[in-house]
Amino acid sequence: MRRIISVLLENEAGALSRVAGLFSARGYNIESLTVAPTDDPSLSRMTIVTGGTDSIIEQITKQLNKLVDVVKLIDLTEGQHIERELMLVKVVAAGSEQREEVKRLVDIFRGRIIDVTESTYTLEMTGNGDKVDAFVQALSQVEIIEVVRSGVSGIGRGKRALSA
Amino acid sequence: MQLTGADIVVRCLQDEGIEFLFGYPGGAALHIYDALYKQDQVKHILVRHEQGATHAADGYARATGKPGVVLVTSGPGVTNTITGIATAYMDSIPMVVLTAQVPSHLIGDDAFQEVDTVGITRPCVKHNFLVNDVDDLAETMKKAFYIASSGRPGPVVVDIPKDITANLTDYNYPESVDMRSYQPRTRGHSKQVKRGVDLLLSARKPIIYTGGGAVIGNAEDAVQKLVNMLSYPSTSTLMGLGAIPASNKNFLGMLGMHGTYESNMAMHDCDVMIAVGARFDDRVTGELAKFSPSARIVQIDIDPSSIGKNVPVEVPIVGDCQEVLEQMIELLEPRVDEIDRAAVNQWWEQIGRWKSLDSLAYKTNEEKIVPQVVVERLGEITKGDAYVCSDVGQHQMWAAQYYAFEKPRRWINSGGLGTMGFGLPSAMGVQLAYPDATVICITGDASIQMCIQELSCCLQYGLPIKVINLNNQYMGMVRQWQEFFYDRRYSHSYMDALPDFVKLAESYGHIGMRVEKPAELDATLEEAFALKDRLVFVDVITDPTVNVYPMIAAGKGHHEMHLAPGQEEVKERELA
Repeated sequence: MRRIISVLLENEAGALSRVAGLFSARGYNIESLTVAPTDDPSLSRMTIVTGGTDSIIEQITKQLNKLVDVVKLIDLTEGQHIERELMLVKVVAAGSEQREEVKRLVDIFRGRIIDVTESTYTLEMTGNGDKVDAFVQALSQVEIIEVVRSGVSGIGRGKRALSA
Repeated sequence: MQLTGADIVVRCLQDEGIEFLFGYPGGAALHIYDALYKQDQVKHILVRHEQGATHAADGYARATGKPGVVLVTSGPGVTNTITGIATAYMDSIPMVVLTAQVPSHLIGDDAFQEVDTVGITRPCVKHNFLVNDVDDLAETMKKAFYIASSGRPGPVVVDIPKDITANLTDYNYPESVDMRSYQPRTRGHSKQVKRGVDLLLSARKPIIYTGGGAVIGNAEDAVQKLVNMLSYPSTSTLMGLGAIPASNKNFLGMLGMHGTYESNMAMHDCDVMIAVGARFDDRVTGELAKFSPSARIVQIDIDPSSIGKNVPVEVPIVGDCQEVLEQMIELLEPRVDEIDRAAVNQWWEQIGRWKSLDSLAYKTNEEKIVPQVVVERLGEITKGDAYVCSDVGQHQMWAAQYYAFEKPRRWINSGGLGTMGFGLPSAMGVQLAYPDATVICITGDASIQMCIQELSCCLQYGLPIKVINLNNQYMGMVRQWQEFFYDRRYSHSYMDALPDFVKLAESYGHIGMRVEKPAELDATLEEAFALKDRLVFVDVITDPTVNVYPMIAAGKGHHEMHLAPGQEEVKERELA
């Protein structure tokens, strides 16, 4: 089952490699991993999308907790949560018909065109994984030059929070 | 007055109360070595290979419970320690490894003797640090000792670039450190402890199963109190031997791949199991699908990730073994009468029938020395009171099976990683810690050659270790598996061109002895052990055809043990 684990860890050199190394050493799967410092510059927040049986997920959370750099973690998928992913897509947009079609799709998906040249558009799209996937599908008639996805960031709904 | 980083390293070791530093100098470590030269509080032990330093520190830590400390130079100095660090990591041994690094401005340049120490050690340490600023050095050292020794212990590496050891700062060694990201829990959750107690009292066919955590956690008194109070059958893993004295009437011997028949059968048939600091390792459980089908399990471990990892557990209790057991004992004491003694007595009768098989019985031989006899004789000569350090293989299993350990921390061996070469250097660490104790290294002709260079270190520091080399001219355990599972194709397990170990020991400045005849064994061993102040290397030529029994083969359960030849028929007859 797909899980989103949110981890608060010391913002120190090597902390990311400890997490990545743990996943590869123990054969756990990583679908995506994002990390950046928080409002407290001494802490980083990491969102890991992974999958596995309940016992594997239990081991993953225990092993992560065991890392000395990890301060706290929660499994966001255990409760109500919001997930977002940012995608940047560069597509061929030459000729008015093609440019119109891309613009229409972007509007429908509530994305934005953030860079324009004579022959290309660069698009920005934010949403949960499904929406971002659906947008790529919708672009099937358009020639995609490149796709950049940030991986998922997640946060609990309501008062549910992960803080040190 | 400001101190250099090198002086600070040494001052930290002094303030931490470190007696011995096992190390080997080199370019990047020279400032630290210079600082060591100016003092005599921390005694540096010069090994002959960095792997030896880590095993020696490890042996010291296993025997004393205090962290072992290592100092090596950058590059190859570090890579040579990896086996020793991984060995300590697998068995949860507290150790601090100080590694010198090339100067900060050269890091990442592929400089001479540079390796990414933090990266290369990361998978086999509890934690590691790269010191970027001399102002952080003392606090990092304190953290390293704290992390290595607390919670589930383990090795911690501190990587120190050479320029940091030259820089100056004020020295201030913190009394303690508080880390928001690292707060091991030692006390068991009271509700879980109560549930564990209820389950234990409800048992009709109980088993107490102790592991290395009972030794590392200094839980021997609590374990023995529990065992004696309940009078439940008890068994131990390879790593836990000694926490319950071998002579305790409730002790069934070791369990697992080469455990006793009664231990493994009791594990299989039990209805309630309490695991104390044991992690259900594959060498202990046999085939997981066949593991203890009716057991309801209580597991105590300080590491939450060890609980329920391989086997589902009904009552998980996270905490220090000693502390949790004391909590349990307090609740159990007034309720012991609730135990269904009739049922437990019946269980004991069943166990008695299994035990009557005498699964460790072996055949002696007039012509050739059988290795089991050697270990039994060692036990008699040393009255079960020696520190026994072993290498890895058949001799390790025989040592575990036939040397009756009465005390914890007397059995020093690499259980998790199974590191050949561990025996001799670990014995050095033990002998340094306890100069007046009898320290034996039980080894084999293959294992001993993996760290034999440390015989030179033993001479330098006058370590009177007794090396007992069970020489069967094979990698015995490999040979045994090839005999059983590879149709006797002995692929590369024969040790051709062995050195003359007696002459080898002599050339290192020690006393060498050889014994080939069973009739001469006793006299030789007695002579060796009478030489109290000398290292004696006894080359015991043994029967190469002897195998370790009983055995659980791969894919088999506890109830499917392979007994010694001749015993299968006894089993059919006795247990029919």
